[in-house]
Amino acid sequence: MAYVAVKGGQDAIESSVELLKLSRSDGSAVLEIDAIINRAKQLIDRIMCEAGFYAPEYAAIAFKQSEGSLEEAVFLMRAYRSTLSQTHTSLTIDCKNMRLSRRISSAFKDIPLGQILGASYDYTHRLLNFRLRDEDEGELRSFREQYFSSIGGEEVDMRAERVSDLLKKENLMVAYEPDDTEPMDITKNKLMFPASRSARLQTLFRADTGFVSGVSYAGLRGYGFMAHPTIGELRSGHVEVEIKYILDENESMVLGEIFFTEVESFVSSHKSSEQELDELEIDVGYGLAFGRAETKAIAMSILDCALNYPTPNSPPNDEEFVLLHGEALEMSGFISHLKLPHYVTYQSKLDNIRKTRKANETAEKKG
Amino acid sequence: MNENNDYNFAFLDEVSKREIRRAIIKAIAIPGYQVPFGSRELPIGRGWGTGGIQITLSIIGPNDVLKVIDQGSDDSVNAVSIKKFVHECTGVEITTDTEKADVIQSRHRIPEEKLTEGQVLVLQVPMPEPLRYVERSELKARKMHADSEYSAAWLLLYEQIMRYGKITMGAAYPVMVDDRYVMSPSPIPRYDTLKLDDADCLYLFGAGREKMIYAVPPHTRVVPLDFEDYKFEIEETEGRACSICGATGVFFDEIFDAESGERYFQCSDSGFCGKNAERNKSNATSNECK
Amino acid sequence: MQQVMNVNELTVRYGDGCVYCIDSDKSLDKNRCPKCKTVWAVRNVSFSLYHSEVLGVVGESGSGKSTLMKTLYFDREATSGQTFLNAYEDGKTNIFSVSSQQQRAIRNNLLGMVYQNPLLGLLMDFSNGGNIAQKLIAAGHRNVSAMQSRTFELLEHMEISVNRVKEPPKNFSGGMQQRVQISKAIANNPPVLLLDEVTTGLDLSVQAKVLDLIRMVQKKFNISIIVVSHDLAVIRMLSDRTIVMLDGQIVEHGFTDQILEDPQHPFTQTLVHSLI
Repeated sequence: MAYVAVKGGQDAIESSVELLKLSRSDGSAVLEIDAIINRAKQLIDRIMCEAGFYAPEYAAIAFKQSEGSLEEAVFLMRAYRSTLSQTHTSLTIDCKNMRLSRRISSAFKDIPLGQILGASYDYTHRLLNFRLRDEDEGELRSFREQYFSSIGGEEVDMRAERVSDLLKKENLMVAYEPDDTEPMDITKNKLMFPASRSARLQTLFRADTGFVSGVSYAGLRGYGFMAHPTIGELRSGHVEVEIKYILDENESMVLGEIFFTEVESFVSSHKSSEQELDELEIDVGYGLAFGRAETKAIAMSILDCALNYPTPNSPPNDEEFVLLHGEALEMSGFISHLKLPHYVTYQSKLDNIRKTRKANETAEKKG
Repeated sequence: MNENNDYNFAFLDEVSKREIRRAIIKAIAIPGYQVPFGSRELPIGRGWGTGGIQITLSIIGPNDVLKVIDQGSDDSVNAVSIKKFVHECTGVEITTDTEKADVIQSRHRIPEEKLTEGQVLVLQVPMPEPLRYVERSELKARKMHADSEYSAAWLLLYEQIMRYGKITMGAAYPVMVDDRYVMSPSPIPRYDTLKLDDADCLYLFGAGREKMIYAVPPHTRVVPLDFEDYKFEIEETEGRACSICGATGVFFDEIFDAESGERYFQCSDSGFCGKNAERNKSNATSNECK
Repeated sequence: MQQVMNVNELTVRYGDGCVYCIDSDKSLDKNRCPKCKTVWAVRNVSFSLYHSEVLGVVGESGSGKSTLMKTLYFDREATSGQTFLNAYEDGKTNIFSVSSQQQRAIRNNLLGMVYQNPLLGLLMDFSNGGNIAQKLIAAGHRNVSAMQSRTFELLEHMEISVNRVKEPPKNFSGGMQQRVQISKAIANNPPVLLLDEVTTGLDLSVQAKVLDLIRMVQKKFNISIIVVSHDLAVIRMLSDRTIVMLDGQIVEHGFTDQILEDPQHPFTQTLVHSLI
């Protein structure tokens, strides 16, 4: 009878879970955690970024456990994160002190230290490399040895001022007062509107990459008020994470390094007022992501800036639209909940449909 | 997980649970008011009852007895999954008997058996904001609540009357709580809505994805919104009886038998239905369930 | 004549102001403080509105007239100053000093507003009838049949066919949307109606029709109206008295005929001379 089938049951659920394991064990090669961390780092960075949880090994386990489903891996990481108590808060991370691997500016050709291209797919042709089918590990080893000996063993420690700092000196930037209020923690509080800048940036940092890119792309194509932004600076590299030393508040301890990509995009702006007399100024949008997620960081910087200019009927400029709909767990959770039974609500709907039909039939008879 | 020390009792850490309990207490103090809270991620999907689960995890103690239902059924896939999760991380006793439960977590239904003093019904809420369909901005909707500006809620019903000649709001029928806040009772059928008024038990509502908790404390006045000339109505139950236990006047699931093409009805509340059928068997009379 | 509304020293600014510009004698760069860039959108504006009169407010865009209207309708917050409505506590309480809940009640019962942009005044996905009824519901009406007959009556006044009551305003042209907005604004017979550039952007013939309807409504219900426009032709057609605003301040006021025939302020003179 249909009834039993739709209600499911314990046995059916257990079999379903078993089938998952079956699917995960297809083929003969074991997916090594170490290989995932080192050879799939962009993916690991994306999982950690959307999870808001820096733990490469856990991300790799999550990836393995979820058969490579990003959505599931982020989910596993988030759920585990909720069980951990927060024992420390890091000191403010400042990407100004970044040990640079890559740093470019689309606004200025000549920047201190020059343009550093670093590792980027931007300058490659996307031709599928069939030789990777059977890659020779030995050849890779010797390539690395050769590379490091050619640069004298050590990578150069490059650090530089931000491009925007140069403009600030010339007074060309929109002046923002330094704001040292304690940032709002979106993992412990409901996001309320109008959202503080700290809440906005945290939300965008964790937001689904596809969503952030799509909405900012819509903004660029003309949905909303947004001139074409220019990338003032994109920098990636390692930044140290420090906490206060427990025994001496004036001292700090380095916990380790995180690889970030930071973007500042410049937008010409006039301050929104009812006035027509406007000076042009340069406003900045800020983007940040773990790893080399450049599109995400750029898109985030565009949205950060767009949200400074609320515009009616323009989703990219609407903070409730942008900040409430990019949360990976919420969107996938709510969409997938549609698979749950809705018999009761549907029964109520059916009842209404029948009643309105009946009312119409009686009306017709009368008429 | 209670056998396994990787996780705390009731999964969440104690600080988080205390924080959620504070939100619950505030919700009880202001009936019908949506209290924002820092909803935590759980191993269960957002939109799959995480608001309800967080409430359950925060209020449950080792000696409590828990019942979980989904659409009235104790063995619907999601009810099973939630029960299993809470049991594994707390070790609490699980029941299907409404009368025996201290905490009942439910999606879309209030049990048929009348809940009593000391019992807590935790309802899972997908969309806590009753004004959302008219005002999509959260900021503006919250201001409307603050000012008791509820024309938007009535407008929704008015539109339905204009279009269909009657109020067609199905489940999640908006109610006025304690003459102050308009509240969404979660997608329970209209049939269940009246059970909220002057109840003996405590109702807690949790929306995990939307990060809100609200409550209807015992003996609170809860009135469905309607008009002088268009009154609130419950779903039709007349002329229907449960094909398993024979109950009438309860809320039914409608079943199609694919083979015979026949349509028949069964109690939506499976716990009640089972008990009722059992009783009928021993009494050998079918009048009991009325 | 009986006064229905009194606005006293109303100021609305965008920004915090600074030591320089908070002193009202200091000259500003138009309406913007040269030091701190605070915009003084409305500055020390005072006027009265009398029973069943139409008061025009004219000025170029950015002169603060729209901000003035939005502030009177509580869409914007007043920085300082008072406004008294005779219909509210006998005109003894400053309506900006009461709770937001009270302000909602004033808005719902005692004021009507027609925005230049119909998106601000109407729910585009709800029916015309529902839009009008919202104002009635907000004022506490709970009888559907009574509200429906009132809706029909209002639509008839605005010469909109009652067959279109179930249609959403998004199906309507700009002029028709304004008529729905007017029906909604006057649904509760408010003593004061606020019209903010209601015909701007409409075709001339449509403009004339809407203005005609406004005149008709005004005569029929003896309603007091404040009408804001950058267009002197609109002001000439509707208003008995007129206020001229420039950079957030009133530079001239008087009977409309007088202002049109003998403008005193150089700005008004330019405005009048540009009117054909």
